[in-house]
Amino acid sequence: MIFRARHLLGIEHLSPQEIVSVLDLADRYVDLNRRTVKQSDVLAGMTQINMFFENSTRTQASFELAGKRLGADVMNMSVAQSSVKKGETLIDTALTLNAMHPDLLVVRHPSSGAVNLLASKVNCAVLNAGDGRHEHPTQALLDALTIRRAKGRIQRLTVAICGDIAHSRVARSNLILLGKMENRIRLIAPPTLMPPGVDAFGCELFDDMAAGLEGADVVMMLRLQRERMDGGFIPSEREYYHRFGLDAEKLAAAKPDAIVMHPGPMNRGVEIDGELADDINRSVIQEQVEMGVAVRMACMDLLARNLRAGRGMKATEVMV
Amino acid sequence: MTLLVHKGPTMTLFLQNARIIDPEGDAITQGNLILDGGLIAAIGAASAPKDAQVIDCGGACLAPGIVDWGVKIGEPGERHKESFRSAGLAAAAGGVTTIIARPDTAPAIDTPEVLEFVTRRAAEASPVRIRHMAALTKGRMGREMTEIGFLLDAGAIAFTDGTHVTTDTKVLGRALTYARSLGALVVGHPQEPGLSLGASATNGKFASLRGIPSVHPMAERIGLDRDIGLTEMTGVRYHADQITTARSLPALERAKANGFDVTAGVSIHHLTLNEFDVGDYRTFFKLTPPLRSEDDRLAMIEAVASGLIDVIGSFHTPADEESKRLPFEDAASGAVGLETLLPAALRLYHAGQLTLPHLFRALALNPARRLGLPQGRMAEGAPADLVLFAPDTPFVLDRFALRSKSKNTPFDGARMEGKVLATFVAGRQVFGAV
Repeated sequence: MIFRARHLLGIEHLSPQEIVSVLDLADRYVDLNRRTVKQSDVLAGMTQINMFFENSTRTQASFELAGKRLGADVMNMSVAQSSVKKGETLIDTALTLNAMHPDLLVVRHPSSGAVNLLASKVNCAVLNAGDGRHEHPTQALLDALTIRRAKGRIQRLTVAICGDIAHSRVARSNLILLGKMENRIRLIAPPTLMPPGVDAFGCELFDDMAAGLEGADVVMMLRLQRERMDGGFIPSEREYYHRFGLDAEKLAAAKPDAIVMHPGPMNRGVEIDGELADDINRSVIQEQVEMGVAVRMACMDLLARNLRAGRGMKATEVMV
Repeated sequence: MTLLVHKGPTMTLFLQNARIIDPEGDAITQGNLILDGGLIAAIGAASAPKDAQVIDCGGACLAPGIVDWGVKIGEPGERHKESFRSAGLAAAAGGVTTIIARPDTAPAIDTPEVLEFVTRRAAEASPVRIRHMAALTKGRMGREMTEIGFLLDAGAIAFTDGTHVTTDTKVLGRALTYARSLGALVVGHPQEPGLSLGASATNGKFASLRGIPSVHPMAERIGLDRDIGLTEMTGVRYHADQITTARSLPALERAKANGFDVTAGVSIHHLTLNEFDVGDYRTFFKLTPPLRSEDDRLAMIEAVASGLIDVIGSFHTPADEESKRLPFEDAASGAVGLETLLPAALRLYHAGQLTLPHLFRALALNPARRLGLPQGRMAEGAPADLVLFAPDTPFVLDRFALRSKSKNTPFDGARMEGKVLATFVAGRQVFGAV
């Protein structure tokens, strides 16, 4: 099992072998999570702080649950109650927290690159839970695990990523991961929501759903991120749904066994048809949530091993 | 009243002894024409087919009907100024067979629902074809793009905010990017709105003498430069509604030479009138953009002749008496033109500046091509939308004889040459008593 990273800031710095290591370990945590007693002690005695500078329910809950199941002491710090509101800078907050000797810091921040800045100031392992429109590595890893379990592999697949790509960190992390694993990637979006120069990533660009979905194995829908938009990128939600919302009719262009994914939270009737989202034969959206906890457990486990090794402690052979 | 003149079965028509003007082939031939099934069935046939109705043209000119791009009709909102019915009758009398209507109505044509409504109303009431442009931004306010996809599906032929210039380039850039992905044509009004705010004449001796607030011709060039820049950035198909000053021409020429998908139009008024025509504060000569210098007018004619400017239109803008019977600065801007477009354009022909085929290239062929319409051609299989006119018949225009509800023409009392004898839409006569 190869995983050398000290922090998990993005997919960009992971090698294909490291990605496979995370997925292999996460597979075992999936089994643990399905037991009645979901207890491990790989993080026993360690302190995990979840710092969310941006509102989150599902990701924060997923990280909290992952830490608790691994036996860590988990603390949630939400910005609403924090000193950030009193004018403290991000670095001061980091230094203050660092003085309390946490072991794992899970950070979400609305600015791209903020988590990297924070990681450079602390001694513990930092996990990026999403920074601006930059990266969301655990989402890409959980998507990869979901795909691998549904398709039996995470190579040589045609993956269509559709929707608000410009504002999506999920899209960026997935783009990098799926590229590293040698998949064929298609981006489908109205041109106003396509980040400039993204074709240089080696993916194919489409502004037409039918053409972009042709022969796809995996269809990844993205949420329309209204909160990140300054002004109108699209004329209206109804026109967006008409042209870019996924429904059974548009999905017919993809392979008959294509799976449908969505990182959540979904806007039913905006980017995806509600009925399709609930179709257990096509939609793996619930599986994605399940895989999320397992992938985060695997990531924290691997980071904790490196942390202990870095501190000169012998990595305890804790395996599930 | 319902008049579905251009619908239903048509008779076969045999138009004999006409001077047939072919803008595409740049030729004039003497001959006969057969109209059948709404199309031009044959050109140059020797004799009439059996049971065809024969119309003797008496050697008059027969040309593709005018496609008038940029007509304001008061529906919805201002029916007292112009209705689909009155505009359609005026168009038929003026040899205009296709009206390309503007969306600057009240409310603006900015949703597929409004577009479907006006399309239905127009089809019921007008004897000539009416196609609608839709607004590019909601309410033409320049803040949010309209539902360009739905509007295209509902039949929008192009997108424009008319004379409202979107100053927020971020909004405009996105709208153009979105329009490009759908292949939509965007019509801009090249103007720097800061400079032209409140102006109702062009900078110069005349405006200074009369004390009318005026704008430098560069305002148009600055607006055009910006729009061309955004066209290059987004790759959108762009048409400048009116180019009226010589200073804009080099920018337009460069854009075309660089291969950008850019075309331009000019109003008939800027080709036939100049700033001095305003005379003693005559508000019927108040236009947007304002009338220019004589040098500019001559440069525009040359630009049409060289093909740099593609389209001539009337920019028909009905205004009631109340909105014109005001001090010059306060008066409404714009002039009607559906019925005077052809005789005014024939002034350029009579002055030896444009040939008849060239004139109809700018009046019919070029606008139709740019808008993706099959009209404007004198060819077998083309729609039988035609105008029959006597180019040399003189008359003095009486504005109260106009069919438009609004009579605000700058040509009242003018000596003109060229009378429309008959107008055909889809092979049916909609005007004239030939």
